[in-house]
Amino acid sequence: MNNNLYNYILGIADNSLILGQRLGELTGHGPSLETDIACTNISLDLFGQVRSYFQYAAKLANDGRTEDDIAMLRKENEYRNVLLVEQPNTNFAYTIGRQFLFDVYHLAFLTELEKSKDLTLSAIAKKCIKEVRYHERFSSDWVKRLGDGTEESNKKMQESIDDLWTYTDELFHQTEADKAMVLEGIGLDITQLKQAYYAKVTDFLEEATLKVPDSKYFQKGGKKGIHAEHMGYILAELQFMQRAYPNMEW
Amino acid sequence: MSEEQIRSLERQFEARIARDEKIEPKDWMPEKYRQTHIRQMSQHAHSEIVGMLPEANWITRAPSLRRKVALLAKVQDEAGHGLYLYSAAETLGISREEMYEQLHTGKAKYSSIFNYPTLTWADMGAIGWLVDGAAIINQVPLCNTSFGPYARAMVRVCKEESFHQRQGYEIMLKLCNGTPEQKDMAQDALNRWWWPSLMMLGPTDEASVHTEQSMKWKLKRKTNDELRQQFIDQTVPQADILGLTIPDPDLKWNEERGSYDFGVINWDEFWQVVKGHGPMNKERMKARVNAWEGGEWVRDAAMAFAEKQRERREKQVV
Repeated sequence: MNNNLYNYILGIADNSLILGQRLGELTGHGPSLETDIACTNISLDLFGQVRSYFQYAAKLANDGRTEDDIAMLRKENEYRNVLLVEQPNTNFAYTIGRQFLFDVYHLAFLTELEKSKDLTLSAIAKKCIKEVRYHERFSSDWVKRLGDGTEESNKKMQESIDDLWTYTDELFHQTEADKAMVLEGIGLDITQLKQAYYAKVTDFLEEATLKVPDSKYFQKGGKKGIHAEHMGYILAELQFMQRAYPNMEW
Repeated sequence: MSEEQIRSLERQFEARIARDEKIEPKDWMPEKYRQTHIRQMSQHAHSEIVGMLPEANWITRAPSLRRKVALLAKVQDEAGHGLYLYSAAETLGISREEMYEQLHTGKAKYSSIFNYPTLTWADMGAIGWLVDGAAIINQVPLCNTSFGPYARAMVRVCKEESFHQRQGYEIMLKLCNGTPEQKDMAQDALNRWWWPSLMMLGPTDEASVHTEQSMKWKLKRKTNDELRQQFIDQTVPQADILGLTIPDPDLKWNEERGSYDFGVINWDEFWQVVKGHGPMNKERMKARVNAWEGGEWVRDAAMAFAEKQRERREKQVV
């Protein structure tokens, strides 16, 4: 098995997995029926993507593990998602801020991944782009509404961006698997996405009358399996059934 | 308008319904017809929205990715039904905010079944199989009800509900064909959901206050007791296939009636839950009120933003 390819897929899929899980917490509790439906729908898209990635990873591993084993039976330090996606739904501004900061990256990432010479990854990326384009529209529209809405919403949205900003830099850190995949023409050089990302995010934030944080201090670790304290609780729910009732089919 | 004119309009109105014509929002209708439909449609919409909560309780803990995706889609469908039904009710001159207000203050009811807790994964199966099963029995006749927007909404709702019911049954089937532990989980869920599902079809005919008028307006085609019998007769063989036992020692096939006889329903429990004292009434309402009140600043922001956009567009035109 190509270990680097396997790890590369996990690195991509774990972001969707954990973000989807976070959004799934909100179903039934949204600020309006329309936003409730939209967030549930984004979660649904993300888990659909996760299934495609993990089915491919399971096929590559070819050791009897299923998509669910890969999704739900790893130890915390084996998950490769960035810290950004595990941040909690403190309020709707945080949910939107997290989504927005991830979506802009995600769309740029998939647009490049579609060019991969790995046909499976390219096909998955092609399917995901359509969904993620909508996610980005949804989250950036809400950044504008909240940023340029009322004084209260502006304050909350600014607070969310200020707090979440520290997790953006990690999006562009290369893992060993990333580097190996770039060499093989399967993966993309994420460091190349950074400049355009911050330019686009800046445009959106300025349009939303929000200040672009100037902090140069960033958090990292998720990609290496060193997560925030939130992660254990996320996994406690995600893995609950598989841990409590092992080796069963559902 | 004179009383004679009103009576004449009423006669024409009843004749249209008798001819199976659809009543549309802008048509003349008796005030009682309007109020009854607002009550029933909003209650139905509230049930969809509150009904999201017990199932959403298992989204983060679904046992497989496939089940998680299906559950998310199902709960999203319910939100969609709510949206659709609120919109249909709005055509009768009430706003969604007013309907929410009635829900939050306890003036409007929702289906009592959602005041029971979801304790295990098997509850996702039991709800789909039994609760959605009972809902379909209630709702299929509404596809031909007299009020056009409601009838059309129900056509779509019923299609999705029937899919949900099959999905729920399939969850049960998988559990019943699984390990003994899984089968126990399925039996336990059936034990807890069976009687509340029977109650879901409403009080007995003698105790039902709205039946007669609702029959005339085609809001109802069969009585609660007839629907309940239909539900039991269709569900018992399904339980047999699963190899599960219906928790009713008095359940017995009656050759003469061609139906199942069944035990006495605990109507005290039913009324206790209806009056707000079921296991989850307070939590469900708290969750709805918190979502609404906690989301006020978001809705305000959206309104303020839309207003600013409008002003900007107008300035551009000038």
